[in-house]
Amino acid sequence: MAAKKIKLSELGEMFKGLDVEALEGVKIEGDIEIDLGGAGLSPQVAQALGHETTQIAAHLINIARILGYPADKVLGIGGAPGIPAQAGRPVLRELIPAKFQANRFEDWKSQIQEVTIGATSADGGTRKSTVTLGGERALPFYPDAPMPHRPHITMDVFDMPIGMAKAVKSHYEDIINSPAEWAKKVVRDFGADMVTIHLISTDPNIKNTSARDAAKTVEDVLQAVDVPIVIGGSGNPEKDPEVLEAAAKAAAGERCLLASASLNLDYARIAKAANEFNHVVLSWTQLEINAQKELNRKLMKQCNVKRENIVMDPTTAALGYGLDYAYTNMERIRLAGLTGDQELSFPMSSGTTNAWGAREAWMTSSPIKEDSDWGAREYRGPIWEIVTGLTLALAGNDLFMMMHPGAVAVLREITQTLFGSIESEAIDISGWTARGIKP
Amino acid sequence: MRVKSPLEVYRFLPQINCAECGETTCMAFAARLIDRSKKLEDCPPLLKDEFKSKYLELARLLAPEIREIVIGTGEHAKKVGGDDVLYRHQLTFFNPPLLAYDVEDTLDDKALVERVKKIHDFKKFYVGRFLKLNGVAVRAISGDRTKFAAAVKKVAETTPLPIILCSLDPAILRAGVEAVKDRKPLIYAANETNWKEVAALALEFNLPVVLFSENLDTLKSLAVSFAEMGIKEIVLDPGTYPAGKKLRESFQRFLNLRRAGIKEGQKDVALPLMAVPMTAWFVENDPVNASYWETVLASVFIVRYADIMILHSLEPYALLPELHLRDTIYTDPRTPVKVNPGVFEVGAPTKDSPVIVTTNFALTYYTVESDLSSNKVNCYLAAVDTDGIGVEAAVAGGQLTAAKIKDTFSKAGFDFKEKTSHSTLIIPGLAARLQGDAEDATGLKVKVGPPDSGRIPGWLEKNWPPK
Ligand code: SF4
Repeated sequence: MAAKKIKLSELGEMFKGLDVEALEGVKIEGDIEIDLGGAGLSPQVAQALGHETTQIAAHLINIARILGYPADKVLGIGGAPGIPAQAGRPVLRELIPAKFQANRFEDWKSQIQEVTIGATSADGGTRKSTVTLGGERALPFYPDAPMPHRPHITMDVFDMPIGMAKAVKSHYEDIINSPAEWAKKVVRDFGADMVTIHLISTDPNIKNTSARDAAKTVEDVLQAVDVPIVIGGSGNPEKDPEVLEAAAKAAAGERCLLASASLNLDYARIAKAANEFNHVVLSWTQLEINAQKELNRKLMKQCNVKRENIVMDPTTAALGYGLDYAYTNMERIRLAGLTGDQELSFPMSSGTTNAWGAREAWMTSSPIKEDSDWGAREYRGPIWEIVTGLTLALAGNDLFMMMHPGAVAVLREITQTLFGSIESEAIDISGWTARGIKP
Repeated sequence: MRVKSPLEVYRFLPQINCAECGETTCMAFAARLIDRSKKLEDCPPLLKDEFKSKYLELARLLAPEIREIVIGTGEHAKKVGGDDVLYRHQLTFFNPPLLAYDVEDTLDDKALVERVKKIHDFKKFYVGRFLKLNGVAVRAISGDRTKFAAAVKKVAETTPLPIILCSLDPAILRAGVEAVKDRKPLIYAANETNWKEVAALALEFNLPVVLFSENLDTLKSLAVSFAEMGIKEIVLDPGTYPAGKKLRESFQRFLNLRRAGIKEGQKDVALPLMAVPMTAWFVENDPVNASYWETVLASVFIVRYADIMILHSLEPYALLPELHLRDTIYTDPRTPVKVNPGVFEVGAPTKDSPVIVTTNFALTYYTVESDLSSNKVNCYLAAVDTDGIGVEAAVAGGQLTAAKIKDTFSKAGFDFKEKTSHSTLIIPGLAARLQGDAEDATGLKVKVGPPDSGRIPGWLEKNWPPK
């Protein structure tokens, strides 16, 4: 059947009183032309033509719909992008009932490995408590499957005084010369789940203290606190294997997290120490999912590290300084782990303290003249640490290495709230539009 | 979008390879449509009448899963929604969330104007551009139509930014709408009780509208009903609780709505979502705590699927992380993050000006460059090709070495004897360990600059010219 042109003038007549009969015999096909004085009926045009025309167009659309014709499609409304088409139609008398169906939207196939850090006397250690990470069967805090373990926080302790942002330093000045006292403080006063002892003085470029000194420091910290600990080297690839090996021996049986094995140092030696003295290995790579796979594979296949003894650190970059890479890298790793990649299905750890490297966290004011005032810096640092950590928590990170007590408290609050373990009194949010806030 | 391959798109294109779109072939253009780096309107032949039906079909096929709507007018108009994926690495997220900050209609004129200006003016330089806030939400605290309308009018006079009118009282909303109807404000909100009047308002003035219900059946019912009435520009607010289990449930409502829209093509709810982190202020009394918690809520919903947000705190320590996180999540992961290696002039360097080394990671380079230029430091800045890796990681990973530094200058044909009077190079503080090697490799004096480029101007005052 040939296309029939419908003139606007006819339309007016046709639809007076919604005379649907008039359309009988008018077979509307894909190539229908609606001739509005030369212009095709696009919603913008309809609008431009004014209210009356729009009304008629709306009627046409309605009738076309009644006839089962996909009017939205041909007229470019509904599916078409960014085209406002709010032709005036009568307001309904009742809401159309509907049910929202929350389905199993995603296909999570595999569980993230559970890894327990710390050993109690029952398991050959001396810790009072242990921390279990991993076990997820969906992205964090998703309704799809229960999340077995909440995110945990381990707080940094250094084996020598180091340069810190002022807002951080003020909390540690009293104990900065004693790693043991420092460790006690973060557990007792700041509620750290774990403690990380960073053996930075062993770096040949810093103090070059011996592996034996490092082992002693680790013993002191284990004595001082009864939570599980992370043992961190100085980051010097030549020295770290030796230092971590000595520390692992000193902490034999405690299931510490050894930080870190990486591709640019003798990871096999660290893995061997972990296997021999019952510790967990932190597998550290730099923002590169394939390198992470490779290192995990090497740890498992070459070094015989068991799955339950591997945690990953895919690298944390601060908010504004590469967090987009860190976030997406972690999210991809977690998604891979949840959808069957056995080489990436391990819990993750984040050096959230890196957030303090962002100049917004510590600089007195902006070095850029055109910037708006950055305000007081003591408030900027902690929130930088919080937002960096929280973003990664949402990507799937399980363990947070942190520094500022205030940041620790807030990150704990939000992650445990999303985890579901925090109650709150009833709040009515519906009236927010009319509720004043005191200046 | 309902098509996955360029071939499917190609079928509908003119197939004449005229290159008017800037691509050499229609097939190449098809690929750009799929990755959303070009629009249909970039192909002039397709806009001709003879291709009308193909154009319309393509428009339908290429429409993003989440509807894209526009709030405001002119150059400050903001598109929201428009996403096609759940995870940014799968493509990229489009249309960064509109961050609107509230203004109460009970403020006196002076305070109101001051607050609006603050919202309008706030800016933070980042990687070659400014991060900015982009909306004002006027809240009807007064309960008085005239007062609300007057406040709305004042806001509109003070800023061209998009405006959100917030009240659950349709009469008050109407007064607000009438005051700024030509600015295409967003109406907040229709709920189970007021929906008829609010729908009438949206229809009469052809305005986008937010539907609110924390019950997703009700929310969907509102969405279906509004669609049936012909209202296309709809935003869904599934409720943002600020604390406890209710917050967890709020978060999960965002997840389920967005997944229904993208994963399952549930068109009724494939709409932009609104979060209201401002509710933090109803559980925290201390303003610092409230600002912090509001920023925390904003972060949660920036990462997981809010397209519009209403916030209160204008403290820089809240705004800076909000702006940066929005940029973090919405930055296109497909665009290169490197600048071309080479030696560049900052300002107007002379023979006595310093020569400074950094990496070609875009963020590092732009940060250093802007620190130097905004402080009017005239110098040469060398971007070493580190594969787009920052200084610290590049030193550790071997992408920033003495040889690479030497290479950068020789490739650029930069001769220190001819260009400088001092034969001195300044390397980043974080690359201090390269000092000796760099001196050996280049035969120049090598000085170690500060670890943060923001401190270069101060450092130069003390250390330049070299003794
Ligand atoms: S402008 Fe259109 S017709 Fe010409 S090459 Fe590009 S896609 Fe093909």
